[in-house]
Amino acid sequence: MFKRRHNHKAKSITVYLEGEKLAAREGESVAAALLAHGTGDFRRSVISGGPRAPYCMIGVCFECLVEIDGVANRQACLVPVREGMRISRQYGMREVAPEIVP
Amino acid sequence: MSRDYDFAIVGAGPAGLAAATLAAELGLKSIVFDEQGAPGGQIYRAIEEVSGTRPGDGSILGKDYQYGLEPVRAFRRSGAEYAPGTSVWDIASDGALAVLREGKAWRVRAARVLLAAGAMERPVPFPGWTLPGVMGIGAAQALFKGAGLVPDGAVVLAGSGPLFTLFAVQLARAGVPVAALLMTAQKNNSWRALAHLPAALRAGDYLARGLSMMRELRRAGVPMISGVSNLSAVGDEGLKAVEYIAGGVRHSLQANLLLVHEGVVPNTQLAMAAGCNHCWDEPGRYWRTESDEWGDTGTGIIASAGDCSGIGGARAAEHAGRLAALDAAHRLGRLDAGERDRRAKRDLAARARHMRIRPFLDTLYPPPPWLRHPPDETLVCRCEEVTAGELRRVAAQGCPGPNQAKAFTRCGMGPCQGRMCGLAVAEIFAKAHGVPVSEIGYFRVRPPLKPITVGELAEVAL
Ligand SMILES: Cc1cc2nc3c(=O)[nH]c(=O)nc-3n(C[C@H](O)[C@H](O)[C@H](O)COP(=O)(O)OP(=O)(O)OC[C@H]3O[C@@H](n4cnc5c(N)ncnc54)[C@H](O)[C@@H]3O)c2cc1C
Ligand code: FES
Repeated sequence: MFKRRHNHKAKSITVYLEGEKLAAREGESVAAALLAHGTGDFRRSVISGGPRAPYCMIGVCFECLVEIDGVANRQACLVPVREGMRISRQYGMREVAPEIVP
Repeated sequence: MSRDYDFAIVGAGPAGLAAATLAAELGLKSIVFDEQGAPGGQIYRAIEEVSGTRPGDGSILGKDYQYGLEPVRAFRRSGAEYAPGTSVWDIASDGALAVLREGKAWRVRAARVLLAAGAMERPVPFPGWTLPGVMGIGAAQALFKGAGLVPDGAVVLAGSGPLFTLFAVQLARAGVPVAALLMTAQKNNSWRALAHLPAALRAGDYLARGLSMMRELRRAGVPMISGVSNLSAVGDEGLKAVEYIAGGVRHSLQANLLLVHEGVVPNTQLAMAAGCNHCWDEPGRYWRTESDEWGDTGTGIIASAGDCSGIGGARAAEHAGRLAALDAAHRLGRLDAGERDRRAKRDLAARARHMRIRPFLDTLYPPPPWLRHPPDETLVCRCEEVTAGELRRVAAQGCPGPNQAKAFTRCGMGPCQGRMCGLAVAEIFAKAHGVPVSEIGYFRVRPPLKPITVGELAEVAL
């Protein structure tokens, strides 16, 4: 879907998607790093199980929710990559955070 | 943790940056919160990084983008405090903000609060829009600005409006091939828009730049198909094809990326949570935060400026931000009314000039009726997977509007809290009940506006 344009001088960073090593660039979002890697789906719909991926890239659609370093429901389009970060896609049925508050 | 400020601003886009810079100059202790990692907002996203390490990308993005470096630099020099990577997830009517950064939550109190939360792309439900491989044009542009990514493979752009054309031009400059531009603006819009042409011509060079972008696209040989309707995305694990009607015929195009854009609408979530008044803007077909010429919302402490109080674009937002700062300084006793008014003259006039293009654009590029009223099988609420057909069915059973639809269908109750479906739901109910959208209303917005864990919540000093 997306590829990197060549002229990028930023420092390279290693992150892990479900154990697999990915090369990311300093300053980019987790969503950008996954899309550059060719990740198709970021999570599954908690209703139908259908595949979902980032839609808005500005923090409003919540389609990019992934687990980062053990914390679920992080917005991948807003979180910058960091060296050694562990990312997993959200495949299970999961209550999403806004609903834990009455 | 609790800190105190004269002026707290949400959003480091053109409006928030201009407000903070001027407020700091006027001696207000100011802070700007933004969930992005760097200042610039949507239009000037990553401008510092692009200018510093990717100047080639800066040239592709063009002059209107590069313009943003100066306001960002002025903000950095201003002495205003800056909290990047920080989401505002609640706001009380007394203006107390609840913020969250990297797992730390705290409250902030300020004498004056400015909401400069900007806009989002208008969410337009159509069959298949939840498939991976379908996203907003602004989303793809954010990937280019923020990470230097460009679309790859069989790419189709669909929609209308200035950002649609701008991104098509940016892709052409970047040498990215596009399979087709599917243009959804209806032909008779142009006739209606003519009435607003005289005002548009006095708005600066918006029209000239629009025409020059169209010429650039033609020169680049980008395939353009006009009069497109009934768009749908087809695939199972991801997008495989785009279907549409043009010239009365159904077409199908192989594609692995479909980028859609039907204009931008105000991001009103915060202002709604704070209890500010909102009104339905008929020409723009969106809700906007009501405010006076200074941005004051009439709630006592909270002001609103820039695209969140009605779409005006980046330059209008910048002037609106300055006006809100002048008014804040006045209300906090740092400027008398005469001085405020004197200093406001230039910004008032400039904002009015930039706004003159809007009636023309709103008339030329309204969301087309087939997108406002998608077929029954379309998922309108992406989170809870509620279809247009289900909404019509509950409307026919007597469900009056969006808030009751929550109880009937869970529509709007997922993680996006109605941000993606709210406008479409209101349009569907308005049509079903035969009343204007203004009478249908919007979802009641409840905090937290962002995902927050119980642990993080517990940390907030209440
Ligand atoms: C994706 C996108 C791309 C765009 N690209 C262009 C372009 O290239 N050219 C153009 O002319 N116009 C563009 N626009 C139109 C744009 O809305 C305006 O031109 C301009 O950016 C508006 O300025 P603003 O200051 O009102 O808001 P914005 O620039 O939108 O800034 C608002 C800021 O508020 C922050 N924010 C919002 N809610 C919260 C919260 N709860 N907590 C913390 N921070 C928050 C956001 O992260 C954002 O940085 C774009 C719009 C969108 C949605
Ligand atoms: S992609 Fe929409 S919230 Fe992250």
